[in-house]
Amino acid sequence: MILAGSPAFAAGTAVGTVPWWAWLVLLFVVCFALGIVAVPAGVGGGVLFVPIVGGFFPFHLDFVRGAGLMVALGSALAASPSLLRLGLANLRLALPLSLLVASSQIAGAMVGLALPAPLVQTSLGLIILGIVVLMWSAKKSELPAVGESDPLAVALRLNGIFHDTARGQDIEWKVHRTPLALVTFVFIGLLAGMFGLGAGWANVPTLNLLMGTPLKVSAGTSSLILSMTPSAAWVYINQGAMLPIIVVPSVIGMMLGAMIGVRLLRVVKASAIRRLVVAVLLIAGLRALMKGIGL
Amino acid sequence: MESAVIPGPNRYAPPEQLRYAAVLAACVRAGFLLLVVSFALYVLGVPPPLVPMDQLPQYWGLPVDQFVKATNTPTGWAWLATIRNSDMLNLVGIAVLSGASVVSSLAVLPIFARRGELVLFAIALLQLIVLVVSASNVLVAR
Repeated sequence: MILAGSPAFAAGTAVGTVPWWAWLVLLFVVCFALGIVAVPAGVGGGVLFVPIVGGFFPFHLDFVRGAGLMVALGSALAASPSLLRLGLANLRLALPLSLLVASSQIAGAMVGLALPAPLVQTSLGLIILGIVVLMWSAKKSELPAVGESDPLAVALRLNGIFHDTARGQDIEWKVHRTPLALVTFVFIGLLAGMFGLGAGWANVPTLNLLMGTPLKVSAGTSSLILSMTPSAAWVYINQGAMLPIIVVPSVIGMMLGAMIGVRLLRVVKASAIRRLVVAVLLIAGLRALMKGIGL
Repeated sequence: MESAVIPGPNRYAPPEQLRYAAVLAACVRAGFLLLVVSFALYVLGVPPPLVPMDQLPQYWGLPVDQFVKATNTPTGWAWLATIRNSDMLNLVGIAVLSGASVVSSLAVLPIFARRGELVLFAIALLQLIVLVVSASNVLVAR
């Protein structure tokens, strides 16, 4: 009723067959649903948001990528303080990695905004299909065995301790292969900035399988890295590509959905949700690819 | 029997991590509050937005450079001069959230310096410089 009285809603102009406010409501509902499945599926919001909203909504991909970065940032910011306090995210580990991600994200965002939309759309489709393969095939290691830390990890003291509630014990951890991981994070930053995807889908396997960080610390530190790297978001803000009418309903919808998702995690099988998300991403990736090549 | 140990901050997180978490939490709360309040004002049309909501569908399908030209949307930090418009006011919350990690990193620098951890101090400082450069609009994509 309040909304109906506002000048914007009273105007009620429709472009095409769908009134503008209906797109907003639909965007909120879709993001709420994405937030619900993102948590149990173990992915951030951005990787689901960009291909789905970019493929099925009338907004230009520039604005969708800007909003995608804010969706990923918002979720990571909300989670990071608790993760840090519990030792499930590690600041010492995140600092050098996020420095590289933040730097390469700027380059990625600038390239992404300068390229023609069809090329970005096609590349996005290919990247999403690659993520589908990664999600389908990647193994996870709860507590990877790390023999000796590399000299860089020793120098930076990249190690820690956390309490694993499921095992009821404190777990000490350390990492290895730090130089290779640093190079990998440069590429992750480039892709994240270029496509507005967030980077949890790549951060977690790199931290867990390459560096040997325990899975829980990998997921928490991945979230912290996302929260520490808003550089691409700033590029989009400065270019005028952060449209509040898209950003705010998306961020709020995704965060409210994530609250339900956390509860859902206790009652449904995460693997079933993960299969659902892989199927949705497959459709969204194919849609982005087809849109990019003009089909 | 389940373990009675409840993970507490002082046990598993070093002091710099706790300070970072405290500052980040405060910035995030402020950012989200600003975002929700400013968006409510925007939806109610109070004060009037730079681009009326009902006209946005004519422009939101355009690439950002064409959108900026067609709607006279400010770029860089010029939006600060237009926050009397409810749509531009939303950028305050977005900027606070995007700047939260800058403030949090600033807060832990003295801890690294006091402990003589110069490598981590340098990394955190470089991180700050990268974020400030990205926020400053010195780098222009087009």
